[in-house]
Amino acid sequence: MDAIRAFLAMGGYGAFVWPGYLLALVVLAGLLAVSLKAARAREAELDILQRGRHRAGRRGVSSGE
Amino acid sequence: MTRKQRRLYFVVLGMLALGAAAALVLSAMSDSIVYFYSPTDLQTRHVSAGRRMRIGGLVEKGSVMKAGKTVTFRVTDLTATVPVTYTGILPDLFREGQGVVAEGKLDGNGFFHASEILAKHDEKYMPKEVADALKKSGQWQGGKGGASPPAAQEAPSP
Amino acid sequence: MHRFANPARFLRIANAALPWLAGVCALSIAAGLWFALVDSPPDYQQGDSVRIMYLHVPAAWMGMFCYTAMAAFSAMALIWKHPLADLLARATAPVGAAFTLLCLVTGSLWGKPMWGTWWAWDARLTSMLILFFLYLGYMALSNAFDDPTRGYRAAAILALVGFVNVPVIKFSVDWWNTLHQPASVMRKGGPAIDPSMLLPLMLMALGFQTYYFVVLILRARAEIAGAKIHTIRMAEVHAAGRGE
Repeated sequence: MDAIRAFLAMGGYGAFVWPGYLLALVVLAGLLAVSLKAARAREAELDILQRGRHRAGRRGVSSGE
Repeated sequence: MTRKQRRLYFVVLGMLALGAAAALVLSAMSDSIVYFYSPTDLQTRHVSAGRRMRIGGLVEKGSVMKAGKTVTFRVTDLTATVPVTYTGILPDLFREGQGVVAEGKLDGNGFFHASEILAKHDEKYMPKEVADALKKSGQWQGGKGGASPPAAQEAPSP
Repeated sequence: MHRFANPARFLRIANAALPWLAGVCALSIAAGLWFALVDSPPDYQQGDSVRIMYLHVPAAWMGMFCYTAMAAFSAMALIWKHPLADLLARATAPVGAAFTLLCLVTGSLWGKPMWGTWWAWDARLTSMLILFFLYLGYMALSNAFDDPTRGYRAAAILALVGFVNVPVIKFSVDWWNTLHQPASVMRKGGPAIDPSMLLPLMLMALGFQTYYFVVLILRARAEIAGAKIHTIRMAEVHAAGRGE
């Protein structure tokens, strides 16, 4: 218990060390999450569009016959 | 010359011109870019008393005297020294033989009345045991502190 | 260089590298955090507050590295007009801005207990703040125009002009009196940091560097997909226009 308390106290600098590491976590994890989500969303959208175009293309051919 | 080559030369020349312009501007403004003056600067520049400014250097060893919340010490750059008085809380790293920056005014007697004291540390990081061992073996190169004066007077030479 | 500038080839290489980069990133940050917070000694002068360095210094390096990369991509985009270079420059900007912000805030948190102030207008701190504003300006400018290519061009020029600031940041502590101390690692005579403290610093730096590549690839993938969506939509609009 004392070991944990000493670790959190950071020799009296806990109030400066921990907010720094917390901010790093929030900023880096946040940017990673946003980037990952955007990549997945755009690629999914592109996939739907391209499949839609394929179908449209085939329909175009069959109607021409 | 193809258009690509022309654009390449344009960008390279543009960057060179920009760099030269920046170097000229920065070296011209060098006086106002420095964060503090050294005690030698104070002597050579004949700074008028009463002007707000910052001075920096090392806290001279054995010069710190405390009386209640008021502390007096001398700031040195190993060539010149300035006596400083200050009333208030000192930062954790304020120590004899180490770098300090004081903001305040010079009075008529050459005494610097600081309203704010900032500690300046050097670029060395090590555990306490290593520092003790270095001091014991005589390999310690401390005392130079953070406020190294030599680079201060040089104009930027990019 | 032009062989790698093909988006399809870029995607193939990037996607193959992505899991490895992510693995190295996660491992080095995990190990870095262990050494930074637990298994490294307090500093002889600064005590445990020195642990802020393991975030602050790699973040500062990455802030400058990302700007350099952004300026290099911008130069390639301006000179060779390759869309991939432009896209990578734009994908780099938010990562650089995040690292620069992290550097500024952790520096402030470190400066208060050690120097006695949250902020000082010395050359190093001020030039780092300017770097942050350059990133914000770049991101704003690249989205400011209705015609994206015009916005990208203006932003690329801003990135190149702002590059002047990078050497100023690096050498500010040597050229002028600053409150900030001189360089500890990249200096003449080798690092002035004990090996026990250099280890967490380098692990975190490796973690941040690979983090940049991971996020760069993800953002580039989003941009490439976005560009393809745009072309398909434009083609559909054209086709519909002709069909009516």
